This record gives sequence, C-alpha cells and structure tokens, in this order.
Amino acid sequence: MAKRKLKRVDLIFSQDCSCKDILTEALKKSREEIIQELIDSGLKGRGGAGFPTGLKWKMAAAEKSNRKYVICNADEGEPGTFKDREILDRVALKVLGGMALCAYVIDAREGFIYLRHEYRFLIPKLEKMMETFHKWMDDFDLDFRVKLFIGSGAYVCGEETSLIESMEGKRGEPRNKPPYPTNQGYLGKPTVVNNVETLVYTMMIMRIGADEFKGMGIEGSSGSKLFSVSGDTHKPGIYEIEMGMTLEDFVKEFGDGDTKAVQVGGASGFCVPRKRFKETTIGFQGGLKGFSLPTGGSMMIFNSSRSMYNVLHNYLEFFEEESCGQCTPCRVGCQQLLKGIEAIKRGEKSYRYLNDLLRLSETMKLTAKCGLGQSVANSFASIVENFREEMIY
Amino acid sequence: MTEKKINLTIDGKKISVPEGTTLLEAAKLEKVKIPTLCYHQDLCIAGNCRVCVVEVEGWRVLPAACATPAMEGMVVYTNSPLVRRSRRDILALLVSEHSTQCTTCYRSTNCELQELAAEYNIDNEIYINLLKDKTFTIDRTSWAIEKDESKCIRCQRCVRTCAELQKVNALDVINKGANMKIATFFDTVMSEVVCTNCGQCINRCPTGALTERRYIDEIWDALGDPEKHVIVQTAPAVRVALGEVLGYEPGVRVTGKMAAALKHLGFDSVLDTDFAADLTIMEEGHELLDRLKRKLVDKEDVALPMMTSCSPGWIKFIEHMYPDHLDHLSTCKSPQQMFGAIAKTYYAERKGLDPKNIVNVSVMPCSAKKYEANRMEMNDSGVQDVDLVCTTRELGHMIRQSGIDFKEIPNAKFDPFMGDSTGAAVIFGATGGVMEAALRTAYEVVTGREVPFDGLKITPVRGMEGIRETSVKLENVLPEWSFLENIELRVAIAHGLTNATQIMEDVAIGNSPYHFIEIMACPGGCIGGGGQPIPTNAEIRRKRAEAIYTEDEKMVIRKSHQNPEVIQLYKEFLGKPLGEKSHHLLHTKYTRRERV
Repeated sequence: MAKRKLKRVDLIFSQDCSCKDILTEALKKSREEIIQELIDSGLKGRGGAGFPTGLKWKMAAAEKSNRKYVICNADEGEPGTFKDREILDRVALKVLGGMALCAYVIDAREGFIYLRHEYRFLIPKLEKMMETFHKWMDDFDLDFRVKLFIGSGAYVCGEETSLIESMEGKRGEPRNKPPYPTNQGYLGKPTVVNNVETLVYTMMIMRIGADEFKGMGIEGSSGSKLFSVSGDTHKPGIYEIEMGMTLEDFVKEFGDGDTKAVQVGGASGFCVPRKRFKETTIGFQGGLKGFSLPTGGSMMIFNSSRSMYNVLHNYLEFFEEESCGQCTPCRVGCQQLLKGIEAIKRGEKSYRYLNDLLRLSETMKLTAKCGLGQSVANSFASIVENFREEMIY
Repeated sequence: MTEKKINLTIDGKKISVPEGTTLLEAAKLEKVKIPTLCYHQDLCIAGNCRVCVVEVEGWRVLPAACATPAMEGMVVYTNSPLVRRSRRDILALLVSEHSTQCTTCYRSTNCELQELAAEYNIDNEIYINLLKDKTFTIDRTSWAIEKDESKCIRCQRCVRTCAELQKVNALDVINKGANMKIATFFDTVMSEVVCTNCGQCINRCPTGALTERRYIDEIWDALGDPEKHVIVQTAPAVRVALGEVLGYEPGVRVTGKMAAALKHLGFDSVLDTDFAADLTIMEEGHELLDRLKRKLVDKEDVALPMMTSCSPGWIKFIEHMYPDHLDHLSTCKSPQQMFGAIAKTYYAERKGLDPKNIVNVSVMPCSAKKYEANRMEMNDSGVQDVDLVCTTRELGHMIRQSGIDFKEIPNAKFDPFMGDSTGAAVIFGATGGVMEAALRTAYEVVTGREVPFDGLKITPVRGMEGIRETSVKLENVLPEWSFLENIELRVAIAHGLTNATQIMEDVAIGNSPYHFIEIMACPGGCIGGGGQPIPTNAEIRRKRAEAIYTEDEKMVIRKSHQNPEVIQLYKEFLGKPLGEKSHHLLHTKYTRRERV
C-alpha cells in the first residue's frame, strides 16, 4: 500500500486551549511582533484568493486614520463550501479572538461579522459568544466591539468591496481597485476584511508559533486548511488537512473508487480530470511543478455517472444569476457562455463555437471588474477543455 | 506646493504625469484616444463597461484605463493584440444585448456604441442575440422622455447623472445578473415617477435608450395644414448650439441662419422667445420689487428670497421635493409660456386670427418644456397656450429633412411683433443670465441709473461654478423706492439640481441670506439643457456660454425694459407689469407633489 501522504490536522476545532489565554499572551507582544509573526508563518487568506494576511494587516496598520474597521467575511456563498458555518457554530470565540488581534494590530475599535443571510440560525449563538467576548475586551482594557451584519443573499457580496458597499447600504457591487479596503474600505476608512477561517488561524499561529505553522504544508502554501468535501464520496464533511496534498492522495482518501473529476474551489474554481490527479497539488500558486490550485476549501467529487455538461450548465446558470450585472464581460459574458453551450448541445451552433466561447471566457478573465467575472473562466475552460466531447454530444 | 509626478511608459513613450492622473487621462495627454462608453467627463468614474481596458506589464488582468491611476514605473500598452482582442469581445457582447436597429434609430450617427462597433468592425453574428426571445415596449408615457430598454447598454451614465448632478434618482439599477437593468422606482412608467423631465440623462446616454419624445411629425402636419397659422418661437440657447447638429463646431452663433431656415420650413411667423424673456424680466423684476415693498414697508408676511421660475425642470423638482416652499417661487410663467399666452391673445387679435387656428411651436434647448407646455394650467388664452415643443436636436433633424443647405443659407431676421429682443433676453440661455437681466432692469427702475458694471457686464453672476453669489448696493434711489435706500440686494445663482438642493436646504429652514435666487435645472443653464446637441461636457458648455455673451454684446439694446415691442405690448394690451391682464396671462400657480 502506498504511503498515505494526506496529513490530518486538528487546529481549528481543537478545544485544548483557551482563547482568552491565547489572547492574553498575544496582547503582550507589540503590534510589529504580531505582524512579523504572521508574515513569517506564511499565512494566506483562506477565503480562496490567498492574499498574505500579515501583509494585509501591516498595510492597514500603516494607514493613519481616526477610525479603522475589522470585518469578518462570513458570507460563505461559494457552491460546495460549508466550513465557515461550522467554525462559527463550534469555535466562534476563536474567530472573535482573531478579530481582536487584528483590531489591536491595526488600531480598530469596531468590528463586524458579515454573516450570510442563510446563516441566520447562528445569530443567537453568536450573540451569546459576543457577550462573553466583550467582557474579555473589558478585562483586557481593549476598546473593541463587534457587531453582526446580516447580508441579503447576493453571492458577489463575498467579494470584499461588494461586501463593504452592501454594509454601507448600497447595491452590493464591486468597487474599482485601487483604492483597496486596507486604504479606503468601510465608510472610506482603512478596513481589514478577513475570512472566518483566516482569523482562526491567526489565533492558532499565536498559540503554536510561526515556525510550527510553517512547518506544515509546502513552500508558498504553509499550514493547514479546512476542506469541505462533497459529491460522490462516502464520507462528505469538513476536514482539516495540511496544504500541498496531491489530488491523487485526496481522491484515494475520499473518492468512491470511480472518481472522474474533482472540482477544486467551487463553481469559481477548476475542474481537474482523472488524468491530472497525480500532478495537481492543492495550494497557492508558485513553488511547485505541475498544477497548483488554490481553493477556498470546496472539493466536489464527481464519479463517472455525472454529466460534465450538466455540471457546467449548473455553474453557468449560477453565475448568470449571481453576477451583479455591473460590468459587461461578466453580465453579458455569463449569458453568452450559458446560451452558447446550450446552442451547441442542441446543434444550433457548430462545435467550433466552443473555441469562440473559450476565447470569450479568457476575455472575461482578463477584463471583468472583480474576481467573480474573472473566475468564471476557471470552471468553464477546465471543463470544456477536458470534457469537450461531453459538451458536444 | 509642488505636485508629485509619476513616471510611466505608454505605448513605448516615457511620460511624466501628476499624481492621481488616470491612465485614460495620461493617454489623452499623449494624444492617444482610448475608447470609452461608461466614462463621462461630468460624472464620477464607474469602470463598468470595460471598453477602455489596457495592458500593463506584469499585471494579471487588463485594468480599465478610466479607473486606474498611473503608478510609478508602469508600462502600459493601449493597443496591443490582447487589448484589441479584448475590446472587440466586449463590444461584441454589448452589441449582443443591444437592439441593433440602427437604420431607424433616432441616435444613428450620433451613437457611441455604433461608432465604436463600426470602428472595431464588430461581427454582429458572433454571439447569440440576447434580445431574440424578449419583447420590449418603448416607454412613451412621459411628455418629455422616451425610454427604450432594448437599446440600453447598462453603462449607468443616466443613473449617475440623475443622482450626482440632479439628486433626483428617477433612474436606478434593479435586479442582478442577466436581469440587471436600469429602471424607475418599482419599474413603473416614466410618467408615474418623480422625474423632473430635465433630460440630462438623454444628453449623457451613449445610445438611443433615452431620447426626448419627438413631435417632429406633428409639427410637419401643422405646417402642411393650410387652415393653421403656425408660429415658431426659439429659445435663446438654441441659436448657440443648433450649429453643432448641422456641421459647425461648438460655440458658433447661427441666429440668422436659424431664422432663415425656419422661414424655409414654412412657419407663418418666425418669432423669438427672447421677446418673452424681456417680458419675463419686466414682470419678475417688478414682482421682486413688489415683494420687497410688501415686506419692508407693509410688513406683510411675504416669502423671500424670491426664486426664479423659468426652468420647468426646477419647477417640477421643487414641487416634488419642497412642496411646502412653493411660495418662494416667482409666480411668473416661463418665457415659453408667456409667449404662448400672448401669441394666442394679443398676437391673434392684432392679426385677426382665431386662437384655435394658431399652432404655437417652440424650439427649446430643453425636454422639460415639453412637459411644461402640457401642464393643465397652461391654457390661459382659452386654448392650450403652447402646442408643440421640439428640442434643438429635433429642429436639426427637421432642417436636414427639408434639404436646406444650412451652411449656405443667407441670414434672415425674426419677424416683427414678438420678434424683437435685447441682450438681456439672450443671456437667459446661460446660468446667471436671468439674474443679470433682472438686475439690469430692477436697478435702473429703482435708481434711474444703469447698473454700476463696466459695459453692463455683471461679471460676479457669470461663470460656471455651481453656486455663485453677489450683492448690489442700492444707493440714491428714486423717491418712490426710498424704502430700498442703502439696501444691499443679495442674490445667488445655482445651476444643476444638486446645487439647487444646497441652496434650498437653507431656504427651507428660513436661513437663506438672499433676496433673489436664480435656479436652472441644467448644468450651465439652458445652454446645457436636456434638448441640446449631444455630446455635452464642460468645454462645450463654456463655448456655448461664450457665444451667448458675445450675442449680448452685439445687441444694440441690452436691457429688457427698453425692448420696443415689449413697451408697445404694455401700452396696447397689458397696461402695466403685475396688472390685471398680466396676472391672468403671465402668472401661474404651482402644484404640491409627492416625493415618491
């Protein structure tokens, strides 16, 4: 039997430590020390985009402003992702702790949890946790308060500038960047927007130290991460695994023996066919041969009974509806991709039209205003290129 | 303070620009035109059409040039293969959701999408036509504005215009994804929403999605009807802009050619709204003095400051937004409506015509005038005072249809009897003009002397700042106006409804320091009106305003109270300003309206 390279980790949900103790120790350090520790740890944003967390905090800390904000992005909307919900349900204090750390580092007095509309059932629990948390803040003499903000259900609001627009009472539409939120965010003030999981990891790094965290994973993708495993698997669920695993190992562990493809990173991620499992590692770009795929944690497994046309059609329907409609490439592009594959399937357009659509998806990737429109090409191109015959026949 | 400079390379050329310059502006400095659609000089940056994308070395994506500031060391390509391919794709996408019936579109040859699609040689068939399975009805419910969704490319210029320049928010974005569109509140028809009909959205619409409701056919019908006596009046701002739709550069005065062309079109009488503007000054100037007297001498509870009422967009705005403060408005009708009422009474009498057989056509720089003419109360002559209103643009179309070689036609004069005007009337077309004209007359009425400004040019009220203010001291007044001795007459001017709101906020809480305020709904006043040639921007408006002031200086008579025809009108017909007949024909009342 091959050596199992997939390493399970237990940091996020571990209960062997007190959040208050971690905070007590961490707040003894200077702001610069905390930033340096995060930078040394190599922690990157766990929402999927993978921006270095330490750097983000550093940028916000460097801004001079009378007001700054910390926002926890709990608008978990990527199809196939359900980890943040579990984190908030089970270890919300760790999330709040991470927010307090950030507030301390950047000098913010107010924080928000932007909670996905569908996660309203978490409100009572979160409010209770916030009560405890605010008492701690008083104990630490830290002037920091967290409020809940409930989203309205738009997928695009997971994108940080849309999230901020939505919090300001406007249509949830992405802003032009620059300026970035660390410079001008909520109400025009420097703002750090971090994913739920990222905030937990900042706490964990405070506990285990940058070295131990960096000791896990691979170069460019250190530490561990939560994966939401779904689809054709006998054990769907949430697993904390070291970064850098190959898809082959992943499929061995979770597949049902007939895995045809894995969609890494949800509808906005990439579809990897069986022949690429070996050479594909899960992590952020850079530092590795072969394919290295980032992910917000969504791992959807498809076995050979699935039609990849239907899978793609489903994603495109999702994007066609969830595009904010603001920019041309995304608003019209999504409609064209969807109508395009339908027309090919019906034989109204030649199979060669797929090439036009691939070029269009490339244009969307290059020119859409935000990550939503840019990432439609990921699933589109990876499915069409690898399962071309399924699109046509 | 020295400005920080940013060094970058555009298309291989090293340049240096002030910090904060966008790539679009930087390219423009280098005489490189980057195509745009959602960008408009008058509006904030949206960055949503993505037509202006450029390639930047080392960047993962192509940023929008309009929304990306120049950064140190950037290497930018505005016309690389990747940029061209992407632009073509984006234009093709826009075309796929646009009704490409260019042959019958009112904006054909004046459409930004059409121009770019032709420039980039877009294949109309490459993508699937997204309008195929949908049906659209053109919203023609408003008197002034037509909305055709099938031509909308969702650039949101209209939305930003309505919000930023006018603070009306009649148009906004609804839905998301494929269903995202520009709509009114609850997607109701245009006639049912809070809209001032100012038409600024039309001026900034890159396509034919928003246009004025046209009356060209009705006007031709009237001209062809031998039973009808068709009169045309032209507003001051038309003559300095009409040229733009007939092959002239902005800022060329075509007054004589316009009069000649109108005669050629077959109007029985070619008259001038300027005449009525002078009449307005007589009435409004005296109304102001009357209000001051009632306040200062009779100690009556009179609403001050008095505010002008010439701009129908402004009138509709205040009726909706400040219904409790309508008493601040001058009761004077606008020049268009004064003209209409006088034409169907005095003019009809003198010509021996039945008012029912007179068709009053007016050419206006304005879309709101179409609404104004159709207001219920505007029929004091016994029939509808003004029958048909067309915009500067529509007149341009009519002249082209008629086959006249506009550039070659010799100048002509307006017809007599309501064709005479003064410099004071002409400047009505620019922001501050009504104020200047009113001061020229009121000051002279009160003191017996000309306003103390060189060449009658009251420069503090001129210009393009959003809000301007000044004061004129009244000294050595004539005996009958002794209560005004040493009074500092304080006046203010605002153009654009966002600026008007700023002034109104003070008026509403009784905190306004002024006696008299001029408000124009449109940026720049009527020269920037919603019926004027497209495009519009600050530079074009400045040129039109310059032309207006030149026209004023070329006039022999430059004060309204000296207009011989107006003097004659009072002598023969009206009696005196604010008299019985004036009250009936030239003054009006306003309607309280809902805010939603």
